[in-house]
This record gives sequence, C-alpha cells and structure tokens, in this order.
Amino acid sequence: MSSPPVPSIGLRRLAGRMLAAAAALTIGLAASSAQAQETFRVGIVTFLSGPAAESFGVPARHGAEFLIEQLNRGAAPAPYNQVGFGGMRIEPIIVDENGGATKQVQELRNLYQRENVDAVVGYISSGDCLAVAPVAEELKKFLILFDCGTPRIFEDASYRYVFRTSAHATQDNVALARYMRARNINAGTFSMINQDYAWGQDSRSDFVAAMQQLYPQATANADLLPKFGAGQYGTEISALARANSNVIYSSLWGGDLQAFILQGAPRGVFQRSQLVLSAADHVLQPLGERMPNGTIIGARGAYGLMSADTPLNRWFFDGYSQARGGVYPVQAAYRVTQALLGLKAAVEKAMAANGGKKPTPEQLADALRGLEWDSPGGLIQMKLGNGHQAIQTMAIGRTRWDAARRQVVIEDIQRFAAECVNPPANMRSQDWIKAGFPGAKCDTPGN
Amino acid sequence: MSRTVLVLVAAGLMAALLLIGLALPRWLLFLVTLAASHGIVSVGILVIMRGGLVSFGQGLVFAIGGYAAALSFTQLGITDVIVLILIGTAAAALVGAAVGPLLARYTGIFFGMLTLALSMVAYGVLIKSPAVGGSDGFNIPRGTLFGVRLEGAGGDYALYALAILVTGIAATAVALHTRSARGLMTRAIHGNGLRVEYLGTSVQSVMAINFTIAAALGGLGGALTIVALGHIEPTFAFWTQSGEFVFVAILAGSHSVTAVFIASLALELVRSFSNLYFPNTWQMALGLFLLAIILFLPAGIGSLWAGRRKASPSSGGETP
Repeated sequence: MSSPPVPSIGLRRLAGRMLAAAAALTIGLAASSAQAQETFRVGIVTFLSGPAAESFGVPARHGAEFLIEQLNRGAAPAPYNQVGFGGMRIEPIIVDENGGATKQVQELRNLYQRENVDAVVGYISSGDCLAVAPVAEELKKFLILFDCGTPRIFEDASYRYVFRTSAHATQDNVALARYMRARNINAGTFSMINQDYAWGQDSRSDFVAAMQQLYPQATANADLLPKFGAGQYGTEISALARANSNVIYSSLWGGDLQAFILQGAPRGVFQRSQLVLSAADHVLQPLGERMPNGTIIGARGAYGLMSADTPLNRWFFDGYSQARGGVYPVQAAYRVTQALLGLKAAVEKAMAANGGKKPTPEQLADALRGLEWDSPGGLIQMKLGNGHQAIQTMAIGRTRWDAARRQVVIEDIQRFAAECVNPPANMRSQDWIKAGFPGAKCDTPGN
Repeated sequence: MSRTVLVLVAAGLMAALLLIGLALPRWLLFLVTLAASHGIVSVGILVIMRGGLVSFGQGLVFAIGGYAAALSFTQLGITDVIVLILIGTAAAALVGAAVGPLLARYTGIFFGMLTLALSMVAYGVLIKSPAVGGSDGFNIPRGTLFGVRLEGAGGDYALYALAILVTGIAATAVALHTRSARGLMTRAIHGNGLRVEYLGTSVQSVMAINFTIAAALGGLGGALTIVALGHIEPTFAFWTQSGEFVFVAILAGSHSVTAVFIASLALELVRSFSNLYFPNTWQMALGLFLLAIILFLPAGIGSLWAGRRKASPSSGGETP
C-alpha cells in the first residue's frame, strides 16, 4: 500500500481555496441573518430522496412551495390573505429528511443554531419525529411535526415547544373499521399485510383492536409482515389467495403498495377479497386504471378527492393542480399546508398579543396551544396532548376508474367527525380502542 | 516518535481542542462531538484493518454499546454519562470477546461477510422488539456529569469535552498498542500470516484480541453517540452505518489514528453543508467528495503527513 506520488501542492492550494469559499459562505450567511427582521425563516424538512420521497416528501415540498409563494404574494383567501406571516416575508429553507435519525438531530440543530430559523416544520418518518422532538425542546425552539403517524410522541412525553398539526395514525384504522361497519361490509374473515416496522406494526394492532370492537365475530386468517421495501410479494399474494378471506387489510404505502397491487391484481385476489387500505390516495394518480375498482381507502384525513368542497379547499386544490401541471394534491401536500397555515395563525395571534413584534418561541407555543384553524382538509383542532396534538375530520371512500375522465374517482365517501375517530384527551389510543371507544362523538357523520 | 512524545503530543492536542471548543458555535460543538464518537468506531476498524481484514459489521458493536447505555439509563436509572459510556464499552467488549475467536478463524471476504451478517441479525432482532421501541427506537433524556445535568450551552460544551477526552485517550491507547510488539505483529500478519504462524504466534488469537479491542471502541462510540444524540434506533446496526465506519477508515488510510478523526469530521461537515446547499443532490456532493479523496489521496488522508515518513522500507512492513 505504498502511496504513489500525490499532487499535494495543487491539492493543498485547492483545499485552501475551498476553505476560503466556505468562509465567504459563512460570512454571507451571517450577513443575511442580520436583516432577518422582515423575514420569517422556516426550516422545512421533508424527504427529497429515498423511498418516501415520491409518495410523500416531494408532494409535501410542492405543497409548501405553492403555499409559501401564495402567502408571500398575499394571494391566499381570507383569513389567510395577510402577506407572509403577519406581514413578514416567509423564507423557506428546505432540507432532505433522508439519512436516518442521527442526521436529522444534527440537521435540526444546524437549522436552529447555524441558519437561525424561527421555526421548523417537518418530518414524515415517525422515528425522525421521536428523535427530534426532545432536541427542539432542549434548545427551546419552535417545532411543528407535520406528517408522522405514531401516537407515542405526545402519549409518552409532554413538550412545550413541539406540536403536531395533523392527527396521528389511530384515526386511520378506527375510521376504516367504522366505515366497513356502516356499509355492512362482510368481514367474517380478514387477512392482513403490513410492513415489518413501526408504521406497519402499529397500524396492524390498531386495526385488529378496532375490528375486535366492531366485528367481534371476525377471525383473522393470514397475518403477513413483509419487510419494509420488499418490492416482491409473490409469496404473500399466494398466502392471501390461499386464505381467501372476505377482507384484505393493508397499511402498505408508496412503492411497496404499488408493487403489491400490481402483482396481486392479475392473480385475482382483489376480486375475491375486499381490499381495504389505510393510506392510499397517494397511489391513485401513479396507478391510474390499474387501481382495483371498489377498493376502500383512507387518506389519513379528508384530503385530495375526499376533501370537502369549501372555498379554501377549492383555491388550494385548483391552484396546486395548476402549478403542478394537472397533478392534484394528496395527503402530504395537504398536511404540510395545514401545518404552515397553523403556523401562520399562531404567528399572527402572537403578534396581535405582543404588539406586532416577531414572536419568540415561547409566544408561538402559547399561541398555537389549543388553537383551531381552517385548512383545505377541514378544521384543525389542537385538542390532544395538552393542546399540542391535532385532531381533524377523517374520510374513507371507494375507488372507481372513470374511463371518461381518465382518472380514478372516489365514491361513497363518508366523513367522520374528528372526535368520532380520535381518543379523548385523557386516554392513550390503544386503551381507547380496546375500551370500546368511550366518549366518541359520531352523531354528525356530515356525509 | 517515541511513546513519551506520542503521549505528550496527544495530551497537547486534546488540551488545544478543549480550548478551541470554547470558541466554537454550538452546532459545531455538537457536530464535532458526533464526529469524534463515530471516529472512534472507525479507529476500531483500523485496528482490524492493519491485519488485512475489514469488518463490515461494526454497526453491531456500535448498536450494542448504544443500546446497553441507553437501557441502563431508562431501565436502571443510571444517569452519569461516564458510567454509561463505561457500560456501553464493556457490553460491546464482552460481545466482541465472545464472537471474536469465532470470527478470527476466517479471513478476507468471509470475515467481512460474517461480521455483516451478525450486525444484520442484530438489526432484524431490534426491529422486531417493540419493548425497545422497534424500528422507531426510543429517546434518552440528557444525562448528568458529576451530578450536574448536561443542558444548554454548558451541557453541549461538557459533552464536547467529554467526547474529546474519552476518544482522545482511547485513540492514544490504540496508537500505543499499534507500536507494541503485539500491535506490530498485526502488520506482520497482514504481510504474511503463514510465516507469522511458523514463527510461533497464533494469528487467530492476535486477530481475536484485535476484534475485541475494535468492539470495545465500537461500544464506546455507540454509548457516546446516544449520550449526545438522546435517541437510539435499530439503524445503528444497519449495514449503511457499518459502511460509513469502513468508509471513514478508508478515507483516513491505515497510517494514522488522528487521520480517522479528521476524516470523520470532514465527512460530517461535507454532509451537513451539502445537505443544506444542495438539498436535492447532497448524496451526489458527498459521493464526489469521496471520489476526489480516492483519486487524489489513494492511501487516505493520513498519507498527507504520516505516509511520507513511513515510506522508508525499514518501517513499512507491507513487503513480505
């Protein structure tokens, strides 16, 4: 391993230049943060690469970019028509979430301490959310988690500076089971296929618990846990075909879900069993007519084709579709939008209280705690976790390929009130389901 | 460099870094803390690599050290970070001592694959263990040092100082070891293992001990990481994590222990800034950086200073 002659002089000069460039960059940054008075810097962390990028990360980025551009022009409808956040221009700093929790903790510190952002909105992966929440708390900086699903964040700990502006994953499966019950779907036997990691395992146990309440006679057949990112489901599809259950439940998402559907459809399993998916609106556009008709799907909220027809939603849906060349917004774009609108509402509420100054993290936290605001996906209410965890309206529907419009449409949509599918503030999700949904308010389905 | 000089230089370097730390911004303190705690794992790889083997499974001991320390915190209520680091190091060393003799029977790609397999088994088990948080892992609150809770700017500096001192002392010990008779034997094994056997030394036992040392260093790095990070998850044992450790070792080259820390720091800095300035192509920026190092410094960053001195045939040891 003796080293060959190395052009060390040139390299050193290069290293020197790189150092100088780095120094210049740092100085430039320092200068730009000096005039941060008129701008509000928001760090946005979302998957730009990796398996979750196509389904969630990039749509979330597009949603954020669309909304921030509109807000900075003051072009959003009332009550969001003030420019930026309370008159301050919004300056987004977008960071890739890919790379694991260690990297996220480091990057979050960099955003707060090096880039001097005023708030961070981000995180799709539950593992990342769990890892970063205590860091923001320790640094006393404002953090909004916008998408991750695990109920553990505010059920296992309490925070002052950390919020989640969308409902956690419990409502996805409770609403799914309620929908099946309401439509009298025959579910005497059911099989399940979920990824073998936290999201899949948690979704599976929520669904099983909800089924035990609503379908106490039902028996579970196949219970499959392929590994995350498996891509090949031949064995699992054979097992599902053999089980021949009334219902096949799955919490697969993204590329895994597409692969499962593409590989399962030719073998007819979805004709013999009713397919039920907890989060699938993000695959409707990529799959198109290959999406099996009559599939019961959720979208983790009343999003996309299942969203309510309000002026705010019409503005968002049409504006986003136009900006993205006809691709309509789905789950992740809605979720980042409701997070940013919540942040806007909190900033403006805090500024009204402090005489128009840029709010401190403490003032922001006080303003957002327990707040309610309208979003394209419906009313967001910070009701759980001492006012740090949102609940929201949920929707479930059935897919159908519309040949005339050349797109999958969703029919038979049923919306569930937030308090019908979410636990009350004083209960953990799993306990609430197992106790038979005490305190659930389902009187107004509002179909 | 004589041993006394080496120890003096190391002590001077650590003192200088502690002073510099007083002037560093907090984000950089944290970045250096993590770079040091990852770097020490790669130092472990260096110990094995000097014998001509590469472990692709250091994530295993990294995770064991991390989980042992984290569980001691959450389950046993031990909050002192120095005790936690000792527990992590000891746990990983124990595992290293148990599997080391088995692994030492293999050479080349078989050794690498076996270590990789072991770490992936650990990963699989951790993913399926909801009791320790499954794939999401779990959080560890900030620990204490001599009864004082490590928080705020002072806490960040204390962790930085701890990381510099602990990894500095461990790395100095490794540097001394590589200059000892047993340490030099490792180089001889790299040159010609068969000849070493004929000279009356057990290659297996040397490599088993090397593996145990590497495991202890891995556990040390893991424990230090979770103390600073406050979170642990199964990806600690995933092959990409192990690969990163190998990468830092290759980046540094096998000439110098200091180079490992420089390589680790460089990797963290490049990743951090490319992530910010090229959010869509940061992996590519990272790749180009690594490619540049391989092209222009094939013997590693350490060859910038250590390689030239070692170039004389008397101390090279590579030629059989």
